[in-house]
Amino acid sequence: MSQVLADLRYAKSHEWARSLPDGRIEVGITDHAQHALGDLVFVDVPPVGTALAIGGACAVVESVKAASDVYSPVAGTVVEVNASLSGSPELINEDCYGKGWLYRVQPASSSGLDALLDASAYSAVLAAEGG
Amino acid sequence: MGRKTPLHDLHVAQGARMVDFGGWDMPVNYGSQIEEHHHVRRDAGMFDVSHMCVVDLRGAATRAFLLRLVANDVGKLRIAGKALYSCMLNATGGVIDDLIVYFLTESHFRIVVNAGTRDHDLAWMRRCAADWGLDVEILERDDLAMIAVQGPRARTAVAALLAPEDRERALLLEPFFGIECGAWFVARTGYTGEDGFEVVIPAVEVESVWRALSAAGVASCGLGARDTLRLEAGMNLYGNDMDETRHPLESGLAWTVAFEPLERDFVGRAALEAIRQSGGSPMKLVGLLLEDRGVLRSHQKVVVPGVGEGEVTSGTFSPTLERSIAFARVPRATGETVQVDIRGKLLAARVVKLPFVRHGRALISL
Repeated sequence: MSQVLADLRYAKSHEWARSLPDGRIEVGITDHAQHALGDLVFVDVPPVGTALAIGGACAVVESVKAASDVYSPVAGTVVEVNASLSGSPELINEDCYGKGWLYRVQPASSSGLDALLDASAYSAVLAAEGG
Repeated sequence: MGRKTPLHDLHVAQGARMVDFGGWDMPVNYGSQIEEHHHVRRDAGMFDVSHMCVVDLRGAATRAFLLRLVANDVGKLRIAGKALYSCMLNATGGVIDDLIVYFLTESHFRIVVNAGTRDHDLAWMRRCAADWGLDVEILERDDLAMIAVQGPRARTAVAALLAPEDRERALLLEPFFGIECGAWFVARTGYTGEDGFEVVIPAVEVESVWRALSAAGVASCGLGARDTLRLEAGMNLYGNDMDETRHPLESGLAWTVAFEPLERDFVGRAALEAIRQSGGSPMKLVGLLLEDRGVLRSHQKVVVPGVGEGEVTSGTFSPTLERSIAFARVPRATGETVQVDIRGKLLAARVVKLPFVRHGRALISL
């Protein structure tokens, strides 16, 4: 059973978003996503300064098996990327909600996360997908 | 739901992630595909390859049949147990399938063909036998299962399960030979670039054999690791690297075509000779090592500046080299460097001699 953290918000396309105390939002892929992809070997994140729209393809995560697009769960501007992933993409498999975060954005509006799923709604999505 | 091998329920119980492969429900991994890959390179791993089709050919005309059916020369098979890798071609030289032929006795040859092509292969073989007026019994052995046990410790792990009188015979097998051990058939062949055995076993016994190998520390490995291992080993995958529209000379398989003896009239010979007489195949299959960061995948476009274009046929991340590697079909004049279009970016790749890895060691410089 995939891990779903209670304090995060989720997109149906298996990204998570976390509100940081300074107002920025941290983004990553969920436990379900990393498990489905298998061993990650390459991550391509958007450079700092990139403007992201909700639902836009913004990053690529590649496992041994396949490449998969990451869709931005929030609108905003990329202010920081996880530089560790370039040498250690396996951090996403090992700790997808922690050390495996992808990028942080300055959100375009303060209500950015309200449209996303909460943990119980995302768990229902996973249950409906059979995983 | 796809077809299931006799080990299906055990794979699921072992936590395998199952995927469709050529109409079969097969394990892609049991956890970490990369760890499974390393187990094979460093110790021993096993693969359920029961989806592949064992076909027994019997009758006095079997050798004559195979001399025409396949592009490699079955006349080379003179010692009982000897195996030969070959392609079965159509009249235009396209590859219907790649297969292994084992010579057991003059009236009994065994071949192993791919899962996705089995029905087509069997129909083709039966039609050829009828057209040529050769009386050959073509028997699909659905009662058999097959496990590939690969890695430096693989042969001793399998030998420990054999009857004492068979153990020594099995361990004395030269590469590309097989022997019957009671109801089992043990061959020193594989698809990983490591030493090992492929073991054909009555389907009713296979679960206990898998459990015994597990107990001996042989790691269960899925099709994911099988693919990265065969790519590192420079071995083609049917459907990716060749198919009915591609001939062996543009698929890195010229070494499997025997033009000698000249009088052997195998299917596809005339088409391949026409290509040779016209100056050779305009395309060739090469190994690529990605110099930039990223992962090569099948169907990515290869750009050869000043020469033309080609295509990646198989690509992956190599766990042994920790770099991305691929096979690509490129123009014959391609030199040492190419570019690969990965999501709109042209990344640099180096053309390298295959294989990338053999017996646990990198054979190319990084």
